[in-house]
Amino acid sequence: MTLRKISKEQPERFEFTQENLDEANRIIKKYPKGRQQSAVMSLLYLAQKQNDNWIPLSAMKHIGKILDMPYVKVYEVATFYTMYNLTPVGKNFVQVCTTTPCMIRGAYKLVEACKEKISENENEFVKEKNCSWMEVECLGACINAPMMQINDDYYEDLDKEKALKILDQIISGKKPEPGSYRGRLNSEPENNRKTLLDVKNA
Amino acid sequence: MLNDKDRIFKNLYNDLGADFVSAKKRGDWSNTKELCAKGKEWIINEIKLSELRGRGGAGFPTGLKWSFAPKEVGSRPHYLVINADESEPGTCKDRDILRFEPHKLIEGCLIASYAVNAHVCYVYIRGEYYNDGQKLQKAIDEAYKNNVIGKNASGTGWDFDIFIHYGAGAYICGEETALLESLEGKKGQPRLKPPFPALIGLYGCPTIINNVETIAVVPTILRRGGEWFSKLGKPKNTGTKIFCISGNVNNPCNVEEEMGIPLKDLIENHAGGVIGGWDNLQAVIPGGSSMPLLPKKTCDTINMDFDSLVAEKSGLGTAGIVVINKDQDIIKCMARIARFYKHESCGQCTPCREGSGWMWRMLERMAKGEASQDEVDMLMDVTKQIEGHTICAFGEGSSWPVQGLLRHFSDEIKKRNKFDPIVKKQKDIPYLVDQHLLDKNA
Repeated sequence: MTLRKISKEQPERFEFTQENLDEANRIIKKYPKGRQQSAVMSLLYLAQKQNDNWIPLSAMKHIGKILDMPYVKVYEVATFYTMYNLTPVGKNFVQVCTTTPCMIRGAYKLVEACKEKISENENEFVKEKNCSWMEVECLGACINAPMMQINDDYYEDLDKEKALKILDQIISGKKPEPGSYRGRLNSEPENNRKTLLDVKNA
Repeated sequence: MLNDKDRIFKNLYNDLGADFVSAKKRGDWSNTKELCAKGKEWIINEIKLSELRGRGGAGFPTGLKWSFAPKEVGSRPHYLVINADESEPGTCKDRDILRFEPHKLIEGCLIASYAVNAHVCYVYIRGEYYNDGQKLQKAIDEAYKNNVIGKNASGTGWDFDIFIHYGAGAYICGEETALLESLEGKKGQPRLKPPFPALIGLYGCPTIINNVETIAVVPTILRRGGEWFSKLGKPKNTGTKIFCISGNVNNPCNVEEEMGIPLKDLIENHAGGVIGGWDNLQAVIPGGSSMPLLPKKTCDTINMDFDSLVAEKSGLGTAGIVVINKDQDIIKCMARIARFYKHESCGQCTPCREGSGWMWRMLERMAKGEASQDEVDMLMDVTKQIEGHTICAFGEGSSWPVQGLLRHFSDEIKKRNKFDPIVKKQKDIPYLVDQHLLDKNA
């Protein structure tokens, strides 16, 4: 169980943009009639995207109204799932995986890099860099460990220097290329491939 | 080593492209109509014949699971749900299927839906895999455009729709009933079973839930015959499996191999060996973090299949192999896994919610050498009180790795933790209140 803190500073109003409202209606249509509540997770995600990576309470109320469900049910969902940020995290949200498979390949070196480049403590929103970082549990790219996720993109096969470089670029407003940083093809064994060779050479 | 022609996932590393045209060249969608025309019974029987066991961790026979769905559709529609909430540390096979072999998955969904009388399929993808989900969505759009799914899918006369639902970072939603709760827009806390989802599942309707890999191999099994699949591997542990080898190896990789392949072969052959040589191996977690680890001497001979690993008091799980060499502190590695489980417990059952935190804190202390000798037994006691006392299998998942550590490395823990809180000698310390208890020994 994780403790989820709600931000003390809350914007007064939140409303979906027209574009997101259309998207929300498209999402609701995926589910059977009367089951629109299923769309709550996707709508929270939309709200988070629209609001610089975090969800204010007013957004939960707004979503509750759209889906015709009690506000507290939306609140329940928003506080249960860890991907919903309930406090400002910055437009560039860096998540470093430190679970065992990444840890034994040096994930804490990436944590050091984040400490140097962003802030001493995790979950600290650095306004001038529009950035914050945190340690997270397994992101499901263990083959490409150590890795970090910045917004939706995975940066894989890193070490401290490469992480520092990526963070520099992120903070200066650029978007570095996601994927493997040792130049390997996805999850193949580097320089040691023994399978599907005819496919590779085709 | 498995022959390349017997590999199901030819595009595992994306050499060929994941789009519809390339997938068709690899044989996907080639005779879906004919396969379905052979009837639901035939499909389920062929899967039973292949002895395919679920690839999500529990290893439940897939054909049997499908046969649990009611034969006739009553007042409630049937659903197929694909579990792509891959969050088990050490596992990243489903991600590559979503990214590079989406059409195998979509075709499998159509055939499975047809077999269990479902018209709608939901794919539950973990929220972190947003980009990979978008790739699947692209493939779904392509499939609709080519009329292989949708109304009268592939000319089978069966209407079939497929939707993606994103999770939001909860490991527990990989548990099938928690996944259904989450799909219904609630917090992902597992339900009591029975009733099983095959009768009362999503929205109270009959629902079949399968792992991504399980469904993605179905079309190939039907094309090449259940017998072909059952001849690979070992009896009751048939077919091929994607193994994810991570941790302290020279070339971490995903590789599709036959079931029952020796672990040593996998590590030495495909993953380029353990860093520092085979003798530098300390332990291996064979099936994702929730399976008990194996010490080196077991790793020398063990075969990777469900039953061989159960015989060693571990399990194949998701086949996410984490290799830990002697440069690592094994207690710290396990403490980190315990922290993962503490973080991911949904909080519904007390033994798991509280116990996972206890285990983590005790292991952290043991890693630092601050625990006392008798805490080793106490920790074992805690794991036993979690295991089997929870609604879902998370209790087992969180306590088994700790039990594995205690089973194989308790000497290591005892060596490091010599602290004994009981004062055995009269030391004339004025504030020690129970000193009088020692008088008889004095």
